[in-house]
Amino acid sequence: MGNIKCADMIVIGSGIVGSSTAYYAAKKGMSVIVLDKDGVIGNGASSRCGGGVRVSGRLEPEIPLAKYAVENIWPTLSEELEIDTEYHRSGNMRFAFTEEDLPKLAAIKEMNAGYGVNIELLTAEQARERCPYVGETVTGAAWCDIDGSANPLKTTLGMYRAARKRGVQYVTGDAAVEIQVVRGKARRVITARGNIYEGEHIVLANGYGARALANTVGVDFPFRQKLIEMFVTEPTKPMFQFMVGAVGAAGGAYGHQTEHGSFLWGGDSGYEHHPIFEEDAKCIQQTAPAISRGTMAFFPALAELKVIRTWAGWIDLCYDLYPVIGPVEEVPGLMVAAGYSAHGFCLGPVTGKLLAEVAAGETPCVDWKPLAYDRFKSIF
Amino acid sequence: MKDYLDRTFDLGPYVPEEDDDLIICRCEEITKGEIRQAVHEGMFTMTEVKRYLRTGMGLCQGQTCGRLVKNIVQNELNKKISAEAENTARAPMRPIPMDVYGKEAE
Repeated sequence: MGNIKCADMIVIGSGIVGSSTAYYAAKKGMSVIVLDKDGVIGNGASSRCGGGVRVSGRLEPEIPLAKYAVENIWPTLSEELEIDTEYHRSGNMRFAFTEEDLPKLAAIKEMNAGYGVNIELLTAEQARERCPYVGETVTGAAWCDIDGSANPLKTTLGMYRAARKRGVQYVTGDAAVEIQVVRGKARRVITARGNIYEGEHIVLANGYGARALANTVGVDFPFRQKLIEMFVTEPTKPMFQFMVGAVGAAGGAYGHQTEHGSFLWGGDSGYEHHPIFEEDAKCIQQTAPAISRGTMAFFPALAELKVIRTWAGWIDLCYDLYPVIGPVEEVPGLMVAAGYSAHGFCLGPVTGKLLAEVAAGETPCVDWKPLAYDRFKSIF
Repeated sequence: MKDYLDRTFDLGPYVPEEDDDLIICRCEEITKGEIRQAVHEGMFTMTEVKRYLRTGMGLCQGQTCGRLVKNIVQNELNKKISAEAENTARAPMRPIPMDVYGKEAE
């Protein structure tokens, strides 16, 4: 070991964010090396998430990014990558289960209206008119037309495949452990195996791991890890295509029916902050039952559908629940895209495009300043 | 799987074989040829092949085809990579209806 390799850009993390950044940078003619500590491509949140591609229900600073992604990236991404991403702009129905939670749906409608995103409030009867499977305990719903879903596995691996076709080099199973500054610029990445990678641009796209790496050049982001779980059912007849979520205390579960016919559901049991291991994401026994109950409250007709696989993953939870994206001005050459707080899949491709544009010295497609790393002032 | 892999090596061209249309994963109806092609498209681990093609994602969760897929992937890699991890086994062991799973709290 102990190789030194150079490229225009070194990306840490091979998931949807890292691979997208590599792809769009390579498309601009840059040479790119992607490093991942895991032996499998995109083995973090990118391969474990629910595949939501939505604008609604987000926090204000990330809405312009989500809107750009849904309007300008996702509709043509399958053609761009020559893979069927299974993207469907099939809408999102967000349920309330109590009268007290109805104002929360109205608040989401009001916030999104400011960004030109239309959300329709439905009574329980109207929700059932759109989808006859909606359960009796639902008290109302919010509908967003421009939301949808895609297949995160095929999109992430499709982005990896497309990046490789454009000459991006991938090295997996070697963890980046240190960034080194050379003549005032972030320049070198040192790995656990003693390999050295040098680049004009270094991109931290490795989720929670971005915090420790940024720390090696004196920059910190308030991230922590949180366990999150999902399961998949056996396939069944096509029932509805829209994404499903909820507000309020009963709002743990979310999911949709995939093109394959199976249902993908995620949610919480309340034990997420007490994981079994700090490293490997392992399911907690209470969670799949909790997701099952949440799902049956939405759609009682799914009760007999069989769960065939459960899994867990880590989300990189940022203090204010939206990502840190853009150049780190104190350390020229360093860029970050992490802390997505479970909202990252939809934003991955647009983030990659944005960072590639910044690296090329172009005006980025979306202003990253509201998402900048230096927004964390003391709270007290 | 945390094995080091520099993915810049050249596997050579994909050469079709006579038995490429053999169905290997019966649940998801994936053929040997599709698996071999996936390797040439950069899917070098069992997990990547699974996520790319759905091998082992069906009702049996790879209990039937897992070893076959592994052999095909290894052959296609020309044994350039020896440490080829198995599919990860996950709960539940057998498919469980949601209304049974959901009774955990009772």
